Amino acid sequence: MSAFFRFLGLAIIAACALFAAMRAVGNDYVFYAGYTVLEYVVLACAWNILGGYVGYVNFGVAAFLALGAYTGVALGRIAPVPLPVMMLAGGVVAGLVGLGTGYLTLRLRGIFFAIATLALAVVLQTLITNWDFVGGSAGVYAIRPKHVPIFGSYIQYMVFLMLTLAVVVVAVSRAIETSGLGLGFVAIRDDEVAAEATGVPTLRLKLIATALSGAFMGMAGAPLPYYLTFLEPSSAFNLTYAVNSIAMPLIGGTTMWFGPVLGALLLGTAQQVITVTISSEVNLLIVGLLLIGFVVLAPQGLIGLLGLTGKRRSA
Amino acid sequence: MRQKVSVLRRLGGCAIAVLAGALAATSALAADPIKIGFSMAQSGPLAGSGKSALLAMKIWAEDQNAKGGLLGRPVELVYYDDQSNPANVPPIYTKLLDVDKVDLINSGYATPIIAAALPIAMQHDMVLMGLFGLANNAKLNYDKYFSMAPTGEDPAKVATKPFFDVADQLVPKPSTIAVITPDIQFGHSVLEGTRAAAEARGMKIVYDRTFPPSMTDFSTLVREVQATNPDLVVVGTQPGQSINVARAIAEVGLNARMIGGSMTGLQTTDAETILGPQINGLVNFAYWLPAPKLQFPGSMDFLAKYQAKAKAAGVDPIGYYVAPWAYADLQILAAAVEGTKSLEGDKLGAFIHANTFKTIIGDVQFGPGGEWAKPRTFLIQFQNVKSKDANEFTGTDHLVLVGPPDMKTGDLITPFDKARQ
Amino acid sequence: MVSFDLLANAVVSGVLLGGFYAGVAAGATISFGLLDIANIAHPAFVVFGAYGAFVLGQRFGLDPLVAALFVVPVFYLAGLAVHQVYHRAFERRGDDSMRGLAFFFGLMFVGEVVLILLFGVDYRYTSAAYASTSIKIGPVALPLRQLIPFLGALVILAAAQLFLSRTFIGRAILGVAQDATAIRLMGADPVRLKRIAFAISIALAGAAGALLLVLEPVEPAIGREFIGRVFAIAVLGGMGSLPGTWIAAVMLGVIENLTSIFAGASWAPAVSFGFLLLTLAVRPSGLFGR
Repeated sequence: MSAFFRFLGLAIIAACALFAAMRAVGNDYVFYAGYTVLEYVVLACAWNILGGYVGYVNFGVAAFLALGAYTGVALGRIAPVPLPVMMLAGGVVAGLVGLGTGYLTLRLRGIFFAIATLALAVVLQTLITNWDFVGGSAGVYAIRPKHVPIFGSYIQYMVFLMLTLAVVVVAVSRAIETSGLGLGFVAIRDDEVAAEATGVPTLRLKLIATALSGAFMGMAGAPLPYYLTFLEPSSAFNLTYAVNSIAMPLIGGTTMWFGPVLGALLLGTAQQVITVTISSEVNLLIVGLLLIGFVVLAPQGLIGLLGLTGKRRSA
Repeated sequence: MRQKVSVLRRLGGCAIAVLAGALAATSALAADPIKIGFSMAQSGPLAGSGKSALLAMKIWAEDQNAKGGLLGRPVELVYYDDQSNPANVPPIYTKLLDVDKVDLINSGYATPIIAAALPIAMQHDMVLMGLFGLANNAKLNYDKYFSMAPTGEDPAKVATKPFFDVADQLVPKPSTIAVITPDIQFGHSVLEGTRAAAEARGMKIVYDRTFPPSMTDFSTLVREVQATNPDLVVVGTQPGQSINVARAIAEVGLNARMIGGSMTGLQTTDAETILGPQINGLVNFAYWLPAPKLQFPGSMDFLAKYQAKAKAAGVDPIGYYVAPWAYADLQILAAAVEGTKSLEGDKLGAFIHANTFKTIIGDVQFGPGGEWAKPRTFLIQFQNVKSKDANEFTGTDHLVLVGPPDMKTGDLITPFDKARQ
Repeated sequence: MVSFDLLANAVVSGVLLGGFYAGVAAGATISFGLLDIANIAHPAFVVFGAYGAFVLGQRFGLDPLVAALFVVPVFYLAGLAVHQVYHRAFERRGDDSMRGLAFFFGLMFVGEVVLILLFGVDYRYTSAAYASTSIKIGPVALPLRQLIPFLGALVILAAAQLFLSRTFIGRAILGVAQDATAIRLMGADPVRLKRIAFAISIALAGAAGALLLVLEPVEPAIGREFIGRVFAIAVLGGMGSLPGTWIAAVMLGVIENLTSIFAGASWAPAVSFGFLLLTLAVRPSGLFGR
């Protein structure tokens, strides 16, 4: 346990240093671009809890993100709750939906789960589109306050919250890796039938993973309406979120927390840079090519290339 | 005493040196371009219009520089591809303002993109012109936002206004309406506008089920509409849908006294040439067309330049839809800069509110909310299109202005079946 | 409110559309159902096929149906190449599920962007004259742009079914799907058989693409709309059964159209995908499972 707190402490210090550095640069661009990168750190790590550790691919990242976003919108329409509360609520709702999806489909082979997540995204988008209370197809405005205490601008506040969430996700990911839960996950990933036969409670473990993974994605989604100002179902359910959240862990490496973090930081930053330099379709081409290149040539991702995967068990 | 004088002299000398330095700095500044920054979709679903708009803006910059630039400084466009994704917009605008230090900003194409840029413009007290946004400022009420879409303060109602203005001329009065729209913001505002118009005229809405934006086959939906036998059919669709709905209407043989209204994308050459004669009879909104009464100083020059370059740039070759507006948008911004001799948002905003601007799409005057003080939209009908050739859609021979009455270039053919032959 | 004419037309149009979906899903049924390769780029290959037919139509004035004859062999070769990479990188390592999925996901994205770079985002469509005519039988209309893809898809499915059930290689492929070791013991190379089967699935995608160009205008990202539907059909059809695929696809087409009539079109996607979710939960072997 003390190792966990030491790690948490280090992560918090790193996060504080990062935040201080961003403030020191002193322009909003760092915060707006940084927010997107941090959002991807959270999404990539969350995806990896299920995809990397347990080996179940979730194509519906955008659906969980959107659930968080729209839970926030719905809450905001009922009462003026602060953003952190929206994030928690978004996490609870997305986590429950993750649990439900898992319960319905996780008894099947992994590939069916992947297809079910695709279907889930379509079903949820249709429901949200037809739900006028949260704006429905007409979209909804979320106007961010001009000033917040302590942080000054709202974007700094949002970055702070996303950074906090990133620290939590990373800490939870690491805790999973070093615990019995992680061992169970790896057993499922390597050979689910054998794991089941040796008494690993596979269904329960998988449900824990789907719920956790979904919950973190939902939490990351809650601030989205304020980032965009105007939220439409088509922007919340954007396929780009799924592509990136899958590409980042696979490029970074899926066996330990460092992989998705590295992948998200590198790819996320690269995308931000490319958007304002090359600035064309080539941007998406690079993501796709990197993804293909890494899964074909470097199956353990960057952390494999860097020789950081000490504990990898599977072939 | 002597010493004192010399000190004063020295001080004076210093002052002169500083002044000279300052002057030198100003003249260096004169060569510095005025940078105008914006995001524009060059990929993704909005890229068709985005590319057309970008070409128009580049032509404006060339024209402006040929006239000696702005305030004696050359103008330079700084733009990034937002990939049609609003999530890319906030970082792009903060990069433009905080890192590239642009002097002025402009908006990208369409509502969600403008919405994402607006709070950043507000934070920096900059003027933002919104290109084809619907009611972007209704909730924010920002005093330096100006909408470059001639839809007025209540875009929901205006979206369908030209359609109903023409429908009001029909004898006997139409009494039933069907609406075909997708589940998106645009469709929603068409629906809202139609409901208001129907209520004001005592008409009955007989069909108003929306469809999902991903839908591509409309034959069943159009048959449902046909089964309700409406007098009028309002269609409010997005580019891909417009083509597919138009085809379904032709195939099913839907008939009504007027069909169409807000079919975005039918203004583009590529949609028109896919449909060919199947487009006949549809009425549609238009913001601008090269009709005789709508040719303002510069309009035709601009179109000539645009059409000469469009093919090489791989963008819409005819360019009646978004291109002239993107050009006019910058004309207004430039006129405000020249008028105030300033780049300050507050001064520019006040100037734009206070004046009427002459542009290639006509005189523009803004109301208090930043929308056009007087909406100005037209209704056209596609008539006698014989082939899928692009030439059929150049000029106003087959794109007939049928309303409002004082702008007409021809009469509405009604019912729809009559225009179909 | 719902008249007989409307209902009849909706059912017919649903059958026609569903029949076309079956053509799109046929290849996926082979790759996913028989070979266990979840090629989620399958619809992207279909769109590529549509653009291939479009280019052949523009350059040489070929009708999409004729163009399909040229598209199919090229796609067959492409399929061989893709499987070569897939097999080396994933199957042989026994690491195919997650990375394989990501591989195809990346392929789909790259394919889309390449099309955007080559053709832009405008809609492209066949100039074939029959695309704008309809036949009428009583109150029921049969637009040729729906009827031709429906018939074309039937041909695709029938040909694939005949190949699988009547030829030696075809039966061997079915055998591989059942038991690769047994096939190896019989002296056949299961990898080669799988490669041929995968290449066939891609060739079928190319042919379906030519049909898509007849059915509606295409743009590079249009394949995304098909992903869910294709896999829904493959699963509902019982994983690897082509007749099952056809029935499932037609059912889906009819259900979507009836939903549109009775509840409004905006519920159609949720109903068909909800149907898939339910099937996965309750009867994962599909409606016509083995």
